[in-house]
Amino acid sequence: MTILNRRQRNIARAGGRAAVLVFFVTFLAFPFYWMLITTFKTTNDLHDTSHNPYLFNDPPTLEHLRVLFEDTQFVQWLLNTGFVGLAVVAITLLLAVPAGYALARMTGAWGQTLGIAIFLTYLVPPTILFIPFARIIAVLGLQDSLWSLVLVYPSFTVPFCTWLLMGFFKAIPRDLEDAAMMDGLSRFGAFVRVVMPVSVSGILTAIIFAFTLVTQEFVYGVTFITSSSSYTVSVGVPTFLVRGDVYFWGSMMAACLIASVPIAIIYNLFVDRFVAGFTVGAVK
Amino acid sequence: MMRAPGPSALRPVPRGLFSRIADNETLLWPALLAPAILYIVLLVGLPFLLSLYYSVSDVTVASRAVNFVGLENFRRIVESATFWTALRNSVIFTIVSQFFVVVFANILAVALSADFRGKWLVRLLILLPWVAPISLGAIGWLWIYDSIYSIINWTARAVGILGPNDWPIWLGQPVLAMASIIIVQIWRIVPLATVIILAGLSSIPNDINDAAAMDGAGFWRRTFQITFPLVMPITLVAVLFGVIFTFTDMIVVFVLTRGGPYDQTQVLATWAFFTGIQGGDLAGGAAVSLFLFPVLVAVAILFLNVARRTEVT
Repeated sequence: MTILNRRQRNIARAGGRAAVLVFFVTFLAFPFYWMLITTFKTTNDLHDTSHNPYLFNDPPTLEHLRVLFEDTQFVQWLLNTGFVGLAVVAITLLLAVPAGYALARMTGAWGQTLGIAIFLTYLVPPTILFIPFARIIAVLGLQDSLWSLVLVYPSFTVPFCTWLLMGFFKAIPRDLEDAAMMDGLSRFGAFVRVVMPVSVSGILTAIIFAFTLVTQEFVYGVTFITSSSSYTVSVGVPTFLVRGDVYFWGSMMAACLIASVPIAIIYNLFVDRFVAGFTVGAVK
Repeated sequence: MMRAPGPSALRPVPRGLFSRIADNETLLWPALLAPAILYIVLLVGLPFLLSLYYSVSDVTVASRAVNFVGLENFRRIVESATFWTALRNSVIFTIVSQFFVVVFANILAVALSADFRGKWLVRLLILLPWVAPISLGAIGWLWIYDSIYSIINWTARAVGILGPNDWPIWLGQPVLAMASIIIVQIWRIVPLATVIILAGLSSIPNDINDAAAMDGAGFWRRTFQITFPLVMPITLVAVLFGVIFTFTDMIVVFVLTRGGPYDQTQVLATWAFFTGIQGGDLAGGAAVSLFLFPVLVAVAILFLNVARRTEVT
């Protein structure tokens, strides 16, 4: 056995790291690469098993995109998602911003306990609540209506965003408000006029998360909505485009790619804050 | 929208009910918290209680009156073979996928903890499965597992792993289908676990490692005796979230197999959906979905323990 010198060890370690990263990037990103290739291949090329699937055996085509935008309700689904997303974001901010601030400033054990209790409700999954909700929504006459989603989605965005905002407000020094209160503002006035303006990045993070959580939701959507014109993207593509025996793989992959990549990129910018929310208390 | 006024520009507050609340912290905090708590109680607490009630009733989608039937639904459930299949599958699905998630995420997090060029791009690509809507990601896998055009089969045959007569139908045979589902769940959770563990790794002070290296501890010894014990609590947090997002998930199974072939890949969540929503038997569905609850409680208790322990230190 030879004793490796420092340089050789460093090279070996860099090589090992590169191998690990190549393996995982391939595993994790491959489906998206595959969606991209599929989107631009002709149906004939996709369905000829003698063709090498990694290559464009026929020239690339925009036909699948045309079908998706002209012959399906994809655009409607995008609009629905945007509408529900904006409405849920508005409700979430209205409820979570004041609550987060109160939790951050409450003294004693109560603030901490309530904060954790609210966060734990985020962990109650849709798959426990969707059965009673199916009937509640029917009683309210909201089946097939986007308003059913607007009503129910804050049940997971509010707990998560309250928790997230609590962390943000805690990081803002109390002195700032105390100074403003010395100048004659009430506690609430200091919150609105002094704390909120310096919390723009925290509130923006809450907006992004509320919106992305809405775009990712599937269980309630598939439970409450049955007519295809009221689907959101994450429900419409898997349920409507898959129905029947004919799979429009090209258009489906295009739909998946178009709907997921922008969300992924925006989310990615904020993911560290998301993780901080998950690990508050466990990482110092 | 908001001006940042100088102190002298601030108007004195008019006195009234509002201003009394606005200035009194014992009134203000409850007033600010009440709307959020009310919403959560009405839209999480109330449905949950209803779910408990439905599980001991005969409610259906169409029924007007709801009658108490005791444990009848649970008796029906435990007599159905599909329930036991679903329970077994949920447990296998969760344990196997989370085992691989822990191993993979730790390896990947260590590899990502160093600085190198193009790291942001690698991170973006690695995070894709978690940040993209899972129902759409699962559709991508449906195409990858396709019975005729599977890219996996084509590639395996091209490199000689599969013989000319082998052509596995990934989602068509029970064991293969279960494995396929587990692979997709690993694919989806590894990114989340990785970034959580990465956050834990970056909180380990460098000087601990440096001091150990100075004392002659090698890479492996430092990894096993310093890094691993220190990332254990954060790995536990990653596992807790992974377990919840896996055990209670129905999307991956729903999109890939609809529980098939012959209900062999049903999990509790999909079985609750097919019973309660598609079958219209809300009472039965509620009873099935309540079997998710014990795991949820266990995870919540563990999570609270982790939170408390780190608070003390």
